[in-house]
Amino acid sequence: MPDPASLDAAARAAPPRTRRVLILPMLIFACFALMPSATLFGPQSYVLAIVTRIMILALGAMSLDLLIGYGAMISFGHAAFVGLGAYSTAILASHGITDGFSQLAAVIVTAIIFALFTGAISLRTKGVYFIMITLAFGQMLFFLTTSLAAYGGDDGLTLAARSTFFGMAILKNDLAMYYIAFGILLGAYVLLRAVVASRFGRVLRGIRENPVRMEAIGFPPYRYQLTAYVIAGVIAGVSGFLLANQAEFVSPAYTTWQRSGELIFVLVLGGLGSLHGAILGAAAFTLLADILSHYTENWAMIFGPILILVVLFARGGINGLFGGKP
Amino acid sequence: MTLTLALIQVLNGLQFGLILFLIAAGLTLVFGVMDFINLAHGVQYMVGAYLVAAFTAMTGGFFTGLALALPAALVFGLVLELLIFRHLYQRDHLDQVLATFGIIIFLNQAVKYIWGAAPLNVPIPDALSGAVEITDGLLYPVWRLVIIAAGLLVGLALYIVVNRTKLGMLVRAGASNAPMVSALGVNIRLLFTIVFGVGAMLAGFAGAMVAPILSVEPGMGDNVLILAFVVIVIGGIGSIRGAFIAALLIGLVDTLGRFFAPTLLRTLLDPSAASQTGRAIAPMLIYILMAAVLFFRPSGLFPAKK
Repeated sequence: MPDPASLDAAARAAPPRTRRVLILPMLIFACFALMPSATLFGPQSYVLAIVTRIMILALGAMSLDLLIGYGAMISFGHAAFVGLGAYSTAILASHGITDGFSQLAAVIVTAIIFALFTGAISLRTKGVYFIMITLAFGQMLFFLTTSLAAYGGDDGLTLAARSTFFGMAILKNDLAMYYIAFGILLGAYVLLRAVVASRFGRVLRGIRENPVRMEAIGFPPYRYQLTAYVIAGVIAGVSGFLLANQAEFVSPAYTTWQRSGELIFVLVLGGLGSLHGAILGAAAFTLLADILSHYTENWAMIFGPILILVVLFARGGINGLFGGKP
Repeated sequence: MTLTLALIQVLNGLQFGLILFLIAAGLTLVFGVMDFINLAHGVQYMVGAYLVAAFTAMTGGFFTGLALALPAALVFGLVLELLIFRHLYQRDHLDQVLATFGIIIFLNQAVKYIWGAAPLNVPIPDALSGAVEITDGLLYPVWRLVIIAAGLLVGLALYIVVNRTKLGMLVRAGASNAPMVSALGVNIRLLFTIVFGVGAMLAGFAGAMVAPILSVEPGMGDNVLILAFVVIVIGGIGSIRGAFIAALLIGLVDTLGRFFAPTLLRTLLDPSAASQTGRAIAPMLIYILMAAVLFFRPSGLFPAKK
């Protein structure tokens, strides 16, 4: 006799699954789109700044989801790409090239080169060695940024001005900054959703489950993984472009291994392998840190145990609480 | 003159490498036997330094402080194992990395909360605070020699225990095939707790030994942790011999690289560019070395697992 509970579960899970999957992300993006009009009555600039930060962090974490959630490539050096994007932007700006399109082009090209070079070497290794070698490349970039004496070295570099588009300083307006970050996040989400749903995405997930079998049926993992690594690197680089503009400052701190750890934390907190989980995680992470820091300067002492508890008990992260499946 | 300076740099590199070995030894065994990535190993080093600073201040002598700090570091490591790590052995690497990252975040802030953000100073014991003349005009601090001697002694002791005793045999067997050792009736959990405790104490010992020459501050374990990982990855996970050789290699390459890179580049570039590029390249050398080793030997120089 069938168990009523399982029948019920089956009935709930069965019909328009694809539509159900998209409800939560659509809600999230609707919230982001409407947020600025809701803040008209409150402390606007503060809220706008913090939500912009959430979206930038989400962009970085979401790109990492392609690697960890869909490709089982645990990169512990993803912050390097964020730092690369931020530094490319700031260095061009310091030479007077403030055109956003040229900066973005430079960010994307450097991210592709760095990803191809480090990915080609890292992906020869597996498991723990992959974690460690991505960490090593992250450290290399960190030391490179600290030694850039012409661009601030350890102290970092202040941007003279935010990027311009078509010769206009649009980003000077925080609201425009907000919507550009929103647009890029939405674009990246749609792009990554398409990537993971495509044939390429299915191959990537197949490799995550069983690389040997995938190779046996004619899909050599290396080139698929490298392509995913480059895509993720470019998107993280673009988040660095936004970060540099939003903070109007870049520093080697952006590329530390602790930042890479934070990106993984955000991703796992939100829920791996769902893309929008990264956004939920970024929101929870930023708001939690912000709220706790109002109460105590020792907020890290609360943060650390939360992280441990999430790992030990809350599998599936926040997305899992909403019934989402990886 | 240059030769004297070079000799000092070699001794410094040796001392740095042996400190790295003390940290990496525990890490590589824990990793090898239980396949457990413990990012919190670096904070064990920091906790060791803080404990020795606190106990030295309390008792007035470095050696009494050290004698109290070592068992305390051991107990601290075992408490962490009991409370948290034990629940992570069956999890995947991602969970292990994250949970132990949480411990780092917590402990870095906790030591700041207890002892303040300002660095603590631990005085070098009076009897060992001088310098000795090794060759003509080459003065070298005694304490650094003490660190070298202590590192070599611990290395020798570990070599004897791992290669000549039954416990060591089980550890080696565990590193190469843990389920098989367990199937043969060995209590692998107990074995691991022992390995873990010793590893934690060795990291604490390393922290205690460098406390008089470095400043004791929050986050001091973070960079050392990364270097220890570089060591065990180059040496091959689970191999004490690999960790020893790789630690000395890293210590020497890093120290000599920082010293010689600007000098060597000066023959190619103008002085200011040379010193700038040199300072940029030197810290990256060990990571380049690691990437190169993994490129040619994807599981390190002396992998314990075949």
